[in-house]
Amino acid sequence: MRDVAVIGVGQTKFGELWDRSFREIGIEAGLQALVDAKLSSGDLGGLFLGNMASGTLLDQEHIAPLILDYAGLAGRRLPAVRVEGGGASGSLALHQAWLAVASGYYDFVVVGGAEKLTDVPDATAAQITSSAADHEWEVVFGATLPALWALIARRHMHQYGTTREELARVAVHAHEMGSKNPNAHFRNKLSLEQVLNAGPVAEPLGVFDCAPLSDGAAAVVLGPMDLARQHTDTPIQITASQVACDTMALQHREDLTTLDSTVSAARRAFAQAHRDPRDVQVAEIHDAYTISALVALEDLGFVKKGHAGREFASGRFAPGGAVTVNPSGGLKAQGRPFGAVGVAQVVEIVRQLRGEAKERQVPEAMVGLAHDVGGTGATSVVTLLERVN
Amino acid sequence: MSIARFWRETPRRYNLGGSKCTGCGTVYFPPRLVCPKCASHRQSIEKMVPFQLSGDGEVISFTVVHDPAEGFEMQVPYVLALVQTPEGPVLTGQVVDVEPKDVAIGLKVRATFRKLREEGKAGVIHYGYKFAPREESGVAPAPQGPPDPVPASEARAQDRAAA
Amino acid sequence: MNAGIVSYGAYVPRYRITPAEIGRVWGIDGDSMGQGLNVIRKSVPAPDEDTITISTEALRVALVRGAIDPQQIGAVYVGSESHPYAVKPTATVVAQAVGATPNLTAADFEFACKAGTAAIQTCLGLVGAGMIQYGVAIGTDTSQGAPGDALEYSASAGGAAFVIGREHVICRVNRTLSYTTDTPDFWRREGQKYPSHGGRFTGEPAYFRHVSECGRQMMEAVGSKPGDYRHVVFHQPNGKFPQRVGKQLGFTDAQMRYGLVTPYIGNTYSGAALIGLANVLDHAGPGERILVVGYGSGAGSDAFDLETTEEVSHYDRSFGRPVQEFLDRGTELSYAVYAKFRGKIHMGGS
Repeated sequence: MRDVAVIGVGQTKFGELWDRSFREIGIEAGLQALVDAKLSSGDLGGLFLGNMASGTLLDQEHIAPLILDYAGLAGRRLPAVRVEGGGASGSLALHQAWLAVASGYYDFVVVGGAEKLTDVPDATAAQITSSAADHEWEVVFGATLPALWALIARRHMHQYGTTREELARVAVHAHEMGSKNPNAHFRNKLSLEQVLNAGPVAEPLGVFDCAPLSDGAAAVVLGPMDLARQHTDTPIQITASQVACDTMALQHREDLTTLDSTVSAARRAFAQAHRDPRDVQVAEIHDAYTISALVALEDLGFVKKGHAGREFASGRFAPGGAVTVNPSGGLKAQGRPFGAVGVAQVVEIVRQLRGEAKERQVPEAMVGLAHDVGGTGATSVVTLLERVN
Repeated sequence: MSIARFWRETPRRYNLGGSKCTGCGTVYFPPRLVCPKCASHRQSIEKMVPFQLSGDGEVISFTVVHDPAEGFEMQVPYVLALVQTPEGPVLTGQVVDVEPKDVAIGLKVRATFRKLREEGKAGVIHYGYKFAPREESGVAPAPQGPPDPVPASEARAQDRAAA
Repeated sequence: MNAGIVSYGAYVPRYRITPAEIGRVWGIDGDSMGQGLNVIRKSVPAPDEDTITISTEALRVALVRGAIDPQQIGAVYVGSESHPYAVKPTATVVAQAVGATPNLTAADFEFACKAGTAAIQTCLGLVGAGMIQYGVAIGTDTSQGAPGDALEYSASAGGAAFVIGREHVICRVNRTLSYTTDTPDFWRREGQKYPSHGGRFTGEPAYFRHVSECGRQMMEAVGSKPGDYRHVVFHQPNGKFPQRVGKQLGFTDAQMRYGLVTPYIGNTYSGAALIGLANVLDHAGPGERILVVGYGSGAGSDAFDLETTEEVSHYDRSFGRPVQEFLDRGTELSYAVYAKFRGKIHMGGS
């Protein structure tokens, strides 16, 4: 296996992109990444596209060649593959692409992630995305994604004394970060009171505890480390890419407050990169719901189980703290276009490690982590990235 | 949802039919073909036998859903819970016949038979399990006590007369 | 008759609404309407309840109480005028939900409010003839009156299930007979959401003639008089009719004490007389004689001369709720929520 680097990144604005189609946003992100990588299409080996639900959202399957075609690359007869893993589709695509380059079979590949959620009514989009949970044994009985995460939240509060305010602080932080990100769906700041007083979605989670349904796309170009410097002065190495899966339904978990898939993926990733959580300066973690972020910080090993609420409130994960979490605004503020999320996380980490994150730059960021979750944790993907000097 | 897809699950959705591994004794709901607990998964193949859950359980987590799943709009806000059964499996289901404020972790419940959803006005109706509080059976006292048709003392006198 | 009741269970949904609340919406003095009907409140099914779920809940209670193996059930008949499907049986869902399938016969009965008693008679025949071991007869309804109609003050939801068998009979059936004519007092045409009725025509020529004739003929047939019965249960479309017909036949309020449940839960149609009988059995010791006279519009009455046996003292009623709980307790709804639950609000869309 050879070392693999990210040599180009691209991302559209996330949000309600009423005047832009799925193919337009997919291509915009991909072309940005190709330009950023100074890569001519002739050097390209293939496309891996993360997308969760184009079939039900857009009545369009078979989207990998579609994007390739409208990117002007149909004539190249390249391979293009769609990868699906619920909300973790984007980072799963990245994992597949990383394997493809690390194996030596391909040199340069594009990893895209794209989702268009506003082309169906909100209730329909919510129902479609809930298919990342177990339809037959959860959704049929009235479960939604926020409801399932609320079950995790209630249990976390019960077992560890996590408070409603501690949950709310995650959202306040996300909007604070998002306010500095021009691509973010939400750039307004939120006060603690606003989060606490928002209408309920699935108690204890309110409207501002939940990430929005967004449109958006992101892309990265991967290449072998030994060729990377021909394309960029700041290649960012993927030092670990790990996927772990767990039971589909929340009801089958041993411990409702832990995502064992995250625990396993993180352990393997830190072992693979010969790092531990203390080495990480910047992390993009799954915060689709405020509770998701707290559980993630524990399962990734940044804090002891049950302590995330208190530690988060103490500012440990804010700029200037031990690790800056979700400088992009996370899913909560940057937005949640399902299949694009995992790729966008990596885009942000790369920009941070390159030192190109402007207002939201984490100083001296050398090691970054991206953490993506599908459903309630049936799939977790952990990616470690490092700046190589 | 297609008719067949729901119909083939009716033994589970109507009657809580699970499965049990004859190797290690673990009970599963919904039934599984392979036991995840057995050291060698292959050894459990074809050793899973049907197992009936009693329908008893205890709430181990719950949420009050205000933004409903499709088909649950008429019941908002509704309680969705994870229910630990004494047989082992945890089930996801609604808790009905209860005020949301009266639900807590530890609440004892029993499975009840309800409509899950309708395929529109003309389509098939899907039925299955939900849960209701076990002790109270979900019925709160009426705001005013029920007027007895006859006062208790008079009723006793009438009873004697009738006897 | 060698067949009788071996177990029973009743179920009434949790929600209630008062005549005063209904009257408030229609500009009518609901209190006096309720007093006129002798209905204090009526039950309302939750949006996820219907005749199938109510029947299943009642039958599950009956099967547990009687320790009856569902696989020994040879017939399930559900009597109702509010079957959720016009075509597709209620009985098959109920049978499947209690684990009685596949070796049994099943069908839905409809005879306005007496479909449940008709189902009991059918089961008595099949069990008595030795064709089946257990027969299940259920009377359940989730009836609706048109908004603003007099029926709206009483039409409610509930049901009771009776298991008919030959062994461990807790209540013997001495005799059953019926009185049936073509009398169009109340009906619902195919495709109509709400029933229609003949106003006061539902009284004298319909309810009263059939119930009193049937009751009188029963007492003649078995040579009994009103004083021989510890309990009497009539069909009870409201709280007043059964009191009046009871008086006409020579029964006292005390004999009706347990059998009259409509004042507290409303008219459960096919469930009405059967929930009344379930309440009687909840309170009965051995050797208590019971007269039941059902009535269904259209029209007909089924009468039963019953007597509890020694077995009733060993009968374990601890599972499920006694009828008294349904009479005493409930959660009151506003008319608006009631209208939502009962599908009376036009939701738009397709």
